[in-house]
Amino acid sequence: MPNFYDEMYSNGETIRPHYTAFAEWLAQQPPNLIEQKRAEAELNFQRVGITFAVYGDNAGKERLIPFDIIPRVINAAEWAKLRAGLVQRVTALNRFLHDVYHDQAILKAGVIPREQVLNNAQYRPAMHGIKVPSDIYAHIAGVDIVRAGEGEFYVLEDNLRVPSGVSYMLENRKMMMRLFPELFARNRVAPVDHYPDMLLDNLRSAAPQGIDDPTVVVLTPGMYNSAYFEHAFLAQQMGVALVQGQDLYVDDDTVYMRTTRGPQRVDVIYRRIDDDYLDPQAFRPESTLGVPGLLRAVQAGRVGLANAIGTGVADDKSIYPFVPDMIEFYLGEKPILNNVPTYQCRKKDQLDYTLANLSELVVKEVHGAGGYGMLIGPASTQAEIEAFRARLLANPEGYIAQPTLALSACPTFVEAGIAPRHIDLRPFVLSGKTVSMVPGGLTRVALNEGSLVVNSSQGGGTKDTWILEN
Amino acid sequence: MLSRTADHLFWMARYTERAENTARMLDVRVQYSLMPQSAQAEQQGWRTMLGVSELQSQFDAKYASLTQKEVLDFMVRDPDNPSSIASCLRAARENARAVRGTLTTEVWEIVNSTWLALQQHLKSRTFEHNPGQFLEWVKYRSHMSRGVTLGTMFQDEAFNFIRLGTFLERADNTARILDVKFRFFDSDTFEDGAQGEFYYLGALLRSVSAFETYRKVYRDAITPNRVAELLILDPKMPRSLVACLCGVVSNLQEVRNDLSHETERLAEELYTRLQSAQIEDILDEGLHHFLTRFLASIAELGNGIGRDFLLPVAPELPEEAPADTAPAASQTQTQTQTQTQVQAG
Repeated sequence: MPNFYDEMYSNGETIRPHYTAFAEWLAQQPPNLIEQKRAEAELNFQRVGITFAVYGDNAGKERLIPFDIIPRVINAAEWAKLRAGLVQRVTALNRFLHDVYHDQAILKAGVIPREQVLNNAQYRPAMHGIKVPSDIYAHIAGVDIVRAGEGEFYVLEDNLRVPSGVSYMLENRKMMMRLFPELFARNRVAPVDHYPDMLLDNLRSAAPQGIDDPTVVVLTPGMYNSAYFEHAFLAQQMGVALVQGQDLYVDDDTVYMRTTRGPQRVDVIYRRIDDDYLDPQAFRPESTLGVPGLLRAVQAGRVGLANAIGTGVADDKSIYPFVPDMIEFYLGEKPILNNVPTYQCRKKDQLDYTLANLSELVVKEVHGAGGYGMLIGPASTQAEIEAFRARLLANPEGYIAQPTLALSACPTFVEAGIAPRHIDLRPFVLSGKTVSMVPGGLTRVALNEGSLVVNSSQGGGTKDTWILEN
Repeated sequence: MLSRTADHLFWMARYTERAENTARMLDVRVQYSLMPQSAQAEQQGWRTMLGVSELQSQFDAKYASLTQKEVLDFMVRDPDNPSSIASCLRAARENARAVRGTLTTEVWEIVNSTWLALQQHLKSRTFEHNPGQFLEWVKYRSHMSRGVTLGTMFQDEAFNFIRLGTFLERADNTARILDVKFRFFDSDTFEDGAQGEFYYLGALLRSVSAFETYRKVYRDAITPNRVAELLILDPKMPRSLVACLCGVVSNLQEVRNDLSHETERLAEELYTRLQSAQIEDILDEGLHHFLTRFLASIAELGNGIGRDFLLPVAPELPEEAPADTAPAASQTQTQTQTQTQVQAG
């Protein structure tokens, strides 16, 4: 008996009902066919150019994200619960963002310590009192969820800044349908292809009031950014322009793009650039990626940004422990999805506990992302733990600690054949007049045996994610 | 359309065409090198080709000797040579990647897979073992790229900027291929061809896919002035200067904006002059002189298009050609790269 939840088998051998049709099919496939299909998938991804760049490598160096052909299947009942939990959580997070930039009721009520929000580096005083369309801040959220047991889901992170990965969700499905069309005849898999249409509707609703037919653009840092493929892909799928900072300028608090026929007004910017780089006049002055004066245009209500400036204060790891309190405070409901218990190293007693239990805990940088700069105690050597202890002691405010969860695993093709590998799930939640999402999300898989790190920058791969309809 | 997008499309097409024409120019020399000739004459042939491409000093700085092997390495593989086939295909692919959403899937996949396959060719060094086959492959990929552009792209502004890049670059390259010939034989006047010249002209015609056409049009022996007439003045010849200008003029009309009047006038004037020109007049002026003037006009048109439609393009000039080659130097235009820094986001 493995000490983690296996998505496909219960008790290590019995196939779970929602995997039966797939398992039967898999058993009928000759092994060389599967190998052939995997090679075909890789060739296709390469030809289409679905690649990502890795930081630290030469600029422009591209790699494929390994794609595993065994899907991650979730049954309808579990998805219904996940979906409800996501709607609840993201709604509360948007309420929180509106609150901290306006009345700050949650701070006045003492639910979250005032200084922890207002002194947070991600809190943008420039947004205080600024009206944003529909009071929505995080139009697109990519919430990372892991499963520990039957019906037991934990939220690891609420990514509310510029979450990426949705293009892999869509391309993985396209690839599976191309390689194994017969599988989709045997399983009632909920479709995801309409995501770009939902996204465009959502973005159009972020336009300033009074604009009937808003011009939407996708703002990318450029082709050397790790997620450039996705930026280009989404712009193309929505039929909108893919722009860089240099293509835009602000005149009289209005944003224009430079076209071959002269200036054209821009109403909504789906920006895939972090706050810090967005406007050199307001934030980092050395940024060449942004648009000088963009913040002014936002403050004047002349352009909609998705996501809004300043959402980072809600997905920061130091705020994360308070999300269940937000749900109760704004919605008066019990949280549907669990939070992972979190020790805040900024507090003396919790730091002491963390230091005493480093070999059992996962320790993360408060502002870190991408799986960089974290310690996974159970998987680390004594030397690594001691090195991390020194970094932690030098800057306790910079870290949180969590118990190491027994992440669920899904059968995956590896060199030795099929073996369980740990996975997570990132559904993409769209908030506008309503909160909506396509069924499923991006499943990431840690391809190294025993590894709990699924990030593509750390050797992770992806799988197609199936939500089975009843 | 975004000016930057137009810029990428224009240069994607120019670099694709330039790769093809570098292959064509090399192919003439490789074919001709099979003819009996002194080592000195062969070397002179390669030298002239490098001179017309404005690359001689860069080559000399890098290589100790001048034989087919070194020139092929420099013109096919060398990443430091902006006109090498590898550099051109890389630039074409980078530009395509920057605007892949504007291209049809088919166009992007051809450009991308050409670049991926080129890596294999460079690794196995087919261009050394079998240059003819490799150069044929480059031309073949260029045909595919053009075919899939014509066959799948919606004919809007994006299409017009791609076509503008193709025709402008092709005009430039045909002029240079002609110029190599007439500089190689070190004369602008035509005398009855020596045997060598006959074979050279045959190779030149083949390199621009015009050998059969020549036979069909003239039904007669191959003479230098008819070759010049066919490649400069025949509107039915797809790579002739006049046909290229026709393409430039019609695509410029389609994308006309408030600034482009002067550029359009320049293109039309050049086109009209070619339409009414007689080959005798051109030969009287001196072919080399004529081609030098023509290349200058093409460079001016390129600058005009950059100024009116694209990002502000300040053409980066290659280093001065050595004094023994002609004043046509410094007209190979390259894209002003706007580097984008890598950043998390």
